[in-house]
Amino acid sequence: MNFDKELDARGLNCPLPILRTKKTLAELTGGQVLKIVSTDPGSVKDFQAFAKQTGNELLSSTEGGGEFVFFMKKK
Amino acid sequence: MSKKLAIIATKGTLDWAYPPLILASTAAALDYEVQIFFTFYGLQMLRKDLSGLKVSPLGNPGMPMKMPFGPTWFRGINWNIPNAIQAIIPGFESLATVLMKQTIKNNGVASVETLRDVCVESGVKIIACQMTVDLFGFEHSDFIDNIEFGGAATFFEFAGETDICLYI
Repeated sequence: MNFDKELDARGLNCPLPILRTKKTLAELTGGQVLKIVSTDPGSVKDFQAFAKQTGNELLSSTEGGGEFVFFMKKK
Repeated sequence: MSKKLAIIATKGTLDWAYPPLILASTAAALDYEVQIFFTFYGLQMLRKDLSGLKVSPLGNPGMPMKMPFGPTWFRGINWNIPNAIQAIIPGFESLATVLMKQTIKNNGVASVETLRDVCVESGVKIIACQMTVDLFGFEHSDFIDNIEFGGAATFFEFAGETDICLYI
């Protein structure tokens, strides 16, 4: 999937992946896509909840090799 | 219109600094309007010098006492030290605090200072209770910038209109 910026949130625990995502999204413009890589298993539910509450669209959420990859489109 | 969260933060230990700061920073990331009223021991979280925040295993049966270093089998041991022994060892709390800070680091958990910085940067409104500032003999200069000093009525002005209100 194409993306405009990548955020490495590996090794960070709650709530840092969400806080960093919020900060990084602020640097993008509406419609741009942010790729986030996390190792926090709790982030799967958290990114769904973040998208639902902020209106940013979670395009995909995948898991592999102990890493969680999210693509989020800024509203 | 954004949702609103108000928190009263009353605890002054390293472990209890986390719940209000995590919830406030996350709520701000979710576009909540957030206000925290820091009172009594909670004021420790607002001091420029955060070394007053320690963790005490004394009288806290819920706290696992595990070492943040060494081989896995060693890290797995829960050091069950009786309260009476903990109480007579000088510096026990400082040692426990050092170990806790290392555990926090090992787990990729943010420091209190980082979470506090995020709160300030993301516009969380911080009110320090003026009455307890006087009671404990603190000066305004002991505290970080960008905070306000007020009382119970100041808290209710915002709290009365919130969606969520927590006492921690």
